[in-house]
Amino acid sequence: MDAFITLLLDFAIPTIIVSAIFVGILFYVLPREVRTIFKRELKSYFTSPIAYVLFVVFLGISNTLSFFFTGVLEGGEADLFLPYFQYLPWYLVLIAPAVGMRLWSEEQRLGTMELMLTMPLAPWHAILGKYLAAGVVLFAMLVLSFPIVWTINFLGEPDNGVIMAGFVATLFVALCFLAVTSVISAITRSQLVALLVSVAICMMLWLGGLPHLSELLMNLKGGWLVFWPILKLINVLGVMPHFTELAKGVLGLRDIVFFVTFIAFCLFATSVAIRLKRA
Amino acid sequence: MIEVENLHKHFGSKVAVDGVSFTVKKGEVLGFLGPNGAGKSTTMRMVTGFLPPTKGRVTIGGCDIEENEIEAKSKIGYLPEAAPLYSDMTVEAFLRFAAEMRRVPAGEIKAAVDRAIETTFLEPVRHQSVDTLSKGYRHRTCFAQSIIHDPEVLILDEPTDGLDPNQKQEIRQLIRRMGETKAIIFSTHILEEVEAACTRAIIIDRGKVIADGTPAELKARATNAGSVLLRASGLAGSGIRAELEKLDAAGSVEVIASDDKGITARINPAKGKANQLSAAVFGVCKDKNLSVEELRIEEGRLDLLFREITKKDADK
Repeated sequence: MDAFITLLLDFAIPTIIVSAIFVGILFYVLPREVRTIFKRELKSYFTSPIAYVLFVVFLGISNTLSFFFTGVLEGGEADLFLPYFQYLPWYLVLIAPAVGMRLWSEEQRLGTMELMLTMPLAPWHAILGKYLAAGVVLFAMLVLSFPIVWTINFLGEPDNGVIMAGFVATLFVALCFLAVTSVISAITRSQLVALLVSVAICMMLWLGGLPHLSELLMNLKGGWLVFWPILKLINVLGVMPHFTELAKGVLGLRDIVFFVTFIAFCLFATSVAIRLKRA
Repeated sequence: MIEVENLHKHFGSKVAVDGVSFTVKKGEVLGFLGPNGAGKSTTMRMVTGFLPPTKGRVTIGGCDIEENEIEAKSKIGYLPEAAPLYSDMTVEAFLRFAAEMRRVPAGEIKAAVDRAIETTFLEPVRHQSVDTLSKGYRHRTCFAQSIIHDPEVLILDEPTDGLDPNQKQEIRQLIRRMGETKAIIFSTHILEEVEAACTRAIIIDRGKVIADGTPAELKARATNAGSVLLRASGLAGSGIRAELEKLDAAGSVEVIASDDKGITARINPAKGKANQLSAAVFGVCKDKNLSVEELRIEEGRLDLLFREITKKDADK
């Protein structure tokens, strides 16, 4: 019973509050056009099998792998970062592009882009509405992974604040990958191409932050120095250190600013891609 | 209502639209004719604000489509050529979505959807998913979407494409009726459609406007405009033909049938003499005491004009 109340206080209520704030912003702050597109987009995720399939795949992989292979149960510590959260971005490299691949490429394939862009709305309305809908799908996916939290709380007394931080960090990474996918899907009308290219870029973003790369950068010598700017860029954009910091419960402003800026930049890039498509 | 000034569109080095200008006032239905690839759709896409023009200006009801984009777009209803739809929605849900996007006030959405469904005869498929619709229904669903907010300006890219003859007729009547209170542009390949529904037509070829006028004015420009069809007997055909060829007003005589008792022929007018031709032909018949079985003045044919001017240009 105690565990239940703890779970309610530590997870359910914050989740409900965040959702309520989101709904409030959607209904009272954002223009009607964003809301209409958001609703349509979200509905189409759930009228097609895509959302359900991705839920099953994501939850299946993340839970199975952490329970059986990474030793949540054997660890003896009530900590989820090492056995669980540090692996989530690896799955998200695949899952987030799978959620986002249809955002704009589907619109181009069906020709509805022509319809949408001749309606009285600014392109950012559509970009934001679609992005938020896909974001909510990813959010729902993380919410549905609550059994692992429940298990940990049942077995011991973990620091739920840190677990929450893990979820927040994971959500930020998912939204980052989704933003990248939004840009790519605006460039191509093929969902498959959008998926593959986005996965490649997300993988690079994720691995770019590997500590090894930073070390490598410091030790670059001779002719290899020509690669320095590219490697440095990848390294700077690397999502991993920001994720790790956040997930360990260090709520650094720097990391949040990084994620928010990154997402905003990608959404802006999406609008540029759409404008170039039309010209 | 719609003002298009010196519109250009280049795709790389290819010039798709090359200085098109026209205006459409309220109460006018402008037919847009031209061979495939002439730049009709590109022009329409620029008028609706989907494609930015390389050069030139489009104003809708006084709002510049580029500077005052949202305001201008809210006045337009647009049916794109391929009639695109979201395939995962039902007809009604799609129209509801369109109504919300086209800024129909929340309280009036239901009425607007019902009205659009009724006007475009979509009642039987109202709750059907879009991806199960036949081509005609898909087209009409997209058409319904364009009129859902009762726009001042309607731009229809081949609105009767994929419809059966009855539906074509209904849509034409609908366009004509709506044209009384709106400014409408529609493109088509079907020339009778222009006569049936348009108050004015322009023919566009390789990005340029090559003819602009009412259907009657355009028809008068065809070489057969004012031709006289004559069926007469009382003299050998060759004799009648010789008499007809002597006429000043006759440009050429096409013999359709001829024997030793009479002739059936089309007499085309000489340039600028169309109005004298029938009297002259009648005079010949009277002089030679022929019995006239048929004498008919032909109207110009739009398809002929279309072929003449689009082909003439192609030969250059």
